[in-house]
Amino acid sequence: MSMKATAREVDGVTVVDISGRITLGETCSQLRQMIRDYLAKGHKNLLLNLADVTYIDSSGIGELVSAFTAVSNQGGNMKLLNLTKKVHDLLQITKLLTVFDVHTDEATAIASFGKGASA
Amino acid sequence: MTADANAVEATLDSTLENVEVADEIAMRMCARAGLEEEDQHKVEMAVHESMINAVRHGNKSDASKKIWLRFEIRADRLEIHIRDEGTGFDVSQIPDPLAPENLLKVSGRGIFLIRTFMDEFRIEHPAGSGTEVTLIKRLNSNQLKVHEGGHRP
Repeated sequence: MSMKATAREVDGVTVVDISGRITLGETCSQLRQMIRDYLAKGHKNLLLNLADVTYIDSSGIGELVSAFTAVSNQGGNMKLLNLTKKVHDLLQITKLLTVFDVHTDEATAIASFGKGASA
Repeated sequence: MTADANAVEATLDSTLENVEVADEIAMRMCARAGLEEEDQHKVEMAVHESMINAVRHGNKSDASKKIWLRFEIRADRLEIHIRDEGTGFDVSQIPDPLAPENLLKVSGRGIFLIRTFMDEFRIEHPAGSGTEVTLIKRLNSNQLKVHEGGHRP
């Protein structure tokens, strides 16, 4: 199963609903390009909703790290929403829960970007 | 591909598509071995990462080079062998992905995940035949009853 992503704007935050597998190859490239496109269009506050991500490998984890760095370097914020247990466990054992701002509630996550959020 | 009730062997071209083939074999053998879903995911991921290493680092993405796999459910364990045609690598040279200075690196977590998810992990370089990794997941008594055709208590 490949990765699918759809975006919506909520209070100045671009919420990206991602489903499927994020693994080495096409899906990682797809995610990388998607983040570049959002940044190029000035969308610097990104909330990745991973509720329907069924599998992520070490390359997919690397792609999330790469996206986080790219967004931060542009002065933006990238946060994660609704991790499955598998993804949560992966980020925990790789200590990336100390890096990513992870939320379980979308409204709280949106609010955490602050009133100055501008997509 | 050859298979009997408790063993599967396959020789695959070095392609990313075949990483998924190995993932599927891993899931089938995990189910046959009676592993719980969480352990199935761990084994699938360890096989997936080992296959990626074999395709990219071992066989340098040369599709004509082969990767040999063997999955075997033994008395007390699921044992998996994955062998490529590469020259191998020194695991001690891989930076610790948990070190603060490495947390934001894009790569370098595969071997760490394999070690974390499996009960045993070995890398060998058989003379003239590439690099072979051995992955072992131990089975408990309930799991053994399942793959021997018995029933859970």
